[in-house]
Amino acid sequence: MIDNFLLLFQAPTVAVQTLIDGILIGAILALAAYGMALVWGVMNIINIVQGELVILGGYITLTLANMTGIHPLWTVPIAAVVMYFIGYGIYKIVIHRVVDEDMFISILATFGISIILQQLMDQVFGADIQSADTGFDSWGYLDDAITLSQIHVISLVIVIVLATFLVLYLKRSKMGRAIRATAQDARAARIMGVDTDHVYATTYALNAAICGAAGSLVVMTWIIHPFLGLAYTVRSFLIVIVAGLGNMVGVIIAGLGLGAAEQYASFLIGIEFRVAFVFLLMVVILIWRNILLSKERRYLK
Amino acid sequence: MSTPMLEITGVSKAFGGVIANEDISINVPEGSITGLIGPNGSGKTTLFNSVVGYHPIDAGTIKFEGQEISKLRVPEIARLGMLRTFQQTRIYGEMDCVKNMLISMPHRDESLMNIFTNFPPEATEKAESLLEFVGLFSKRYLLAGELSFGQQKLLEFAMALMNEPKILLLDEPTAGINPTLINGIIDRLKRANEQLGITLFVIEHNMRVIMNLAEHIYCLAHGQLLADGPPEELQDNQLVIDAYLGAH
Amino acid sequence: MNNSMIKYGLIGIAGILAPIVFANFQVQLGFLWLMILFALTWDTQGGQMGYNSFGNILFFGLGMYVCAMVQVGLVYDVGVYTAAAGLDSGKLNGEQYLTGLALGMGAAAVVGVAVAALIGSGILGLRGHYFAIGTLGLGIAFGEIFAGWDYVGAGSGLAPPPFPDELDFLGGRNLFFYYIFFALAVIAFFTLKKIYASRFGLALNAIRDDEDKAEAMGLRTVRIKTISWCVSAFFLALAGGPLGMLVGFIDPRETAFAGVTFGIWMVLMAILGGKGTIWGPVIGAAIFHVTQEFFWSFLLGWQRVAMGVLIVVIVVFFPRGIMGWLRDTWPDRFGEKVDESVPQEGAAQ
Ligand SMILES: Nc1ncnc2c1ncn2[C@@H]1O[C@H](COP(=O)(O)OP(=O)(O)O)[C@@H](O)[C@H]1O
Ligand SMILES: [Mg+2]
Repeated sequence: MIDNFLLLFQAPTVAVQTLIDGILIGAILALAAYGMALVWGVMNIINIVQGELVILGGYITLTLANMTGIHPLWTVPIAAVVMYFIGYGIYKIVIHRVVDEDMFISILATFGISIILQQLMDQVFGADIQSADTGFDSWGYLDDAITLSQIHVISLVIVIVLATFLVLYLKRSKMGRAIRATAQDARAARIMGVDTDHVYATTYALNAAICGAAGSLVVMTWIIHPFLGLAYTVRSFLIVIVAGLGNMVGVIIAGLGLGAAEQYASFLIGIEFRVAFVFLLMVVILIWRNILLSKERRYLK
Repeated sequence: MSTPMLEITGVSKAFGGVIANEDISINVPEGSITGLIGPNGSGKTTLFNSVVGYHPIDAGTIKFEGQEISKLRVPEIARLGMLRTFQQTRIYGEMDCVKNMLISMPHRDESLMNIFTNFPPEATEKAESLLEFVGLFSKRYLLAGELSFGQQKLLEFAMALMNEPKILLLDEPTAGINPTLINGIIDRLKRANEQLGITLFVIEHNMRVIMNLAEHIYCLAHGQLLADGPPEELQDNQLVIDAYLGAH
Repeated sequence: MNNSMIKYGLIGIAGILAPIVFANFQVQLGFLWLMILFALTWDTQGGQMGYNSFGNILFFGLGMYVCAMVQVGLVYDVGVYTAAAGLDSGKLNGEQYLTGLALGMGAAAVVGVAVAALIGSGILGLRGHYFAIGTLGLGIAFGEIFAGWDYVGAGSGLAPPPFPDELDFLGGRNLFFYYIFFALAVIAFFTLKKIYASRFGLALNAIRDDEDKAEAMGLRTVRIKTISWCVSAFFLALAGGPLGMLVGFIDPRETAFAGVTFGIWMVLMAILGGKGTIWGPVIGAAIFHVTQEFFWSFLLGWQRVAMGVLIVVIVVFFPRGIMGWLRDTWPDRFGEKVDESVPQEGAAQ
């Protein structure tokens, strides 16, 4: 660990490389986190199944690419659309029953769904670690001391496109305005004639679509297996509590930051502790923020 | 006049841009019933919150029996013997009234050892007699959350008495209560003051009630102290009359 | 002899005889008591205090590792032992085994309580869903740390020494551990029942109903919350070691820090039976465990999917649980009634 720490200084290229890798991964994390913030802000639900929706998006890409032979990149929109309908279905079967309940109930219910999805994916796709081969290469700089994986860069571009689209959709479209009105005050929105049940369904489905696209990128840039979901849920949660709800720029910055922090941490303490790092970081940030608030005699709400 | 039990000097508190309290000084003498009036939003509840340590204050000092308490936290101040009730009324909804009372026993000398002991029979007796005092004896085994709003207010008052405070800060004790019951409440507040020797500092919106109850009244408007004096004097004070009329 | 003594007597006799009568089900029956202990200790925070923890499994896993490390460590070097997993050299004689178990459980309890006390005031300062997710993260983080720690076998786990043949006079491994779980559950039940009736118990309920009010009334909430967590940690850490030895293998994520199985089952069992009651978690655990065994027998391969469905069904349709339903239906049976009798004279202040 000490050796690796020193290495970061002796070989600045290593430090830069780690930073670049981290930021490129962080963009995808930010995407999933934005979906979580959307559901949280609009429906007051912390969606524990978030991570499984991401992983499921990855399996859709894998399956399509393997079955039809099309390039995985083309499956990103397909994964999003399929996940949109899956999200809509999950809302209609379970979520709409817990929207107005205590938040603990919805946490448990989505936890239950996440267990169901994990096990279904395990049954259907097997427990192996998998990834999609995109056939892309890397660009090398400084005699290949720093490399830039092309698929990572492409996925960053896709994330930016999707984020722009989302922001425009929420700002400009009729549904987007209804979603924002519901997030502000659901009761007032209802009085104004907004069909909040439809808004909730769309929001949840939209979030699933975002997760689907994110998962599709994850399987191309990284790996998936059926039990990896919870880590994405916690990453999303972590990003949201740092950035706050409804703040796209904040979410992106926090996402990139988390990606970089994770990359450095796994370089320093070992890749096997990467997930532990993410989870502990979340706990530490929660407690730290709460302690800061308690100086003003308040607490996290 | 005896020594002040509670001495508020130059207290200010702002929320962002809203100045809720500005340079407020108030003395509450030991054994007295002191009133605090003012139109809605004039900063009365904020002042109570500042006094009991609910939030830090921006400026000023708050002394309780001569001790500076503005840096202390809510439970510490409560254990010193200063208690408050809430304007919205807060009780333990899923516990019955007797349990609400029992857990309101003073916690001053609670230790790691006796925290696991049971309540002595005297505690239950005291709880029941105080519930009788506020007229809730027959309801004592009902869940507090199932009581009417007025009954909950009475229960909250009884819980405060159970805690044997030296001073009790009451935030609108008659708000939302059936007018036919208000005289009963005034009577009980007076008895708590006279018989149990508890100093009272009362926020009240209902002028008739506070004129009946308090010996000395302070009036807030827009976060500032407008006037103070005995009820008869304040009744005729043009500033106070304007503040109330202006608010409506 | 009153009613409740007869009730306890019958349950006690059934508990003692069950593993002898149903000798083929000793392991399942032992698990039943463990599940009861899980639900009871979870409810101390979740039901009584209103702090819904998803991380109490942390203390169970910690206890399991500490106990096994002490038991192995008294005889071997733990690192060498785990590296040579599966070798015959991992045997202990009867005396070593029992001494190791006793000292291991003691050490586990100490470590469990110490960790709860140490992190308690920080974690328990979080409220509502922040607490729920914070504890969830903590439990998983510990599992991941042990899964990366080579000294205790990392991700491939740790196999505690096998139950020595010379101890077979105790009735064999399964029966021996059955009685340990039975005893732990019974002790936990009566301890909790006792403290729920004390000042402490009412303080827990007050925090659950309105923590701000409790503070305004002078309650030492931080201390009370931390002690409550320590009590649960104590029993969970004690139970961890025996379970590792009964199962014969400690997988960091699946046996010890099993957040998505044991960790969430605790919550569910207490909810199913009825949060905030002493019998609710017991009843919930019993029903849940039997259902669970059925899933294993008839839905092999899909049992966890069924489990997930069960979770959703319980929380969506039955969030008040059995005891909650009984209480809503017959409130006067639970003592909630208007009492028109006249108060005793002479009790006035
Ligand atoms: N926690 C708070 N955050 C922001 N503003 C507050 C807060 N509490 C009170 N205020 C504001 O301070 C002013 C005084 O409120 P309050 O003390 O409740 O008045 P009163 O009790 O006299 O009706 C109001 O304008 C109110 O909106
Ligand atoms: Mg007020």
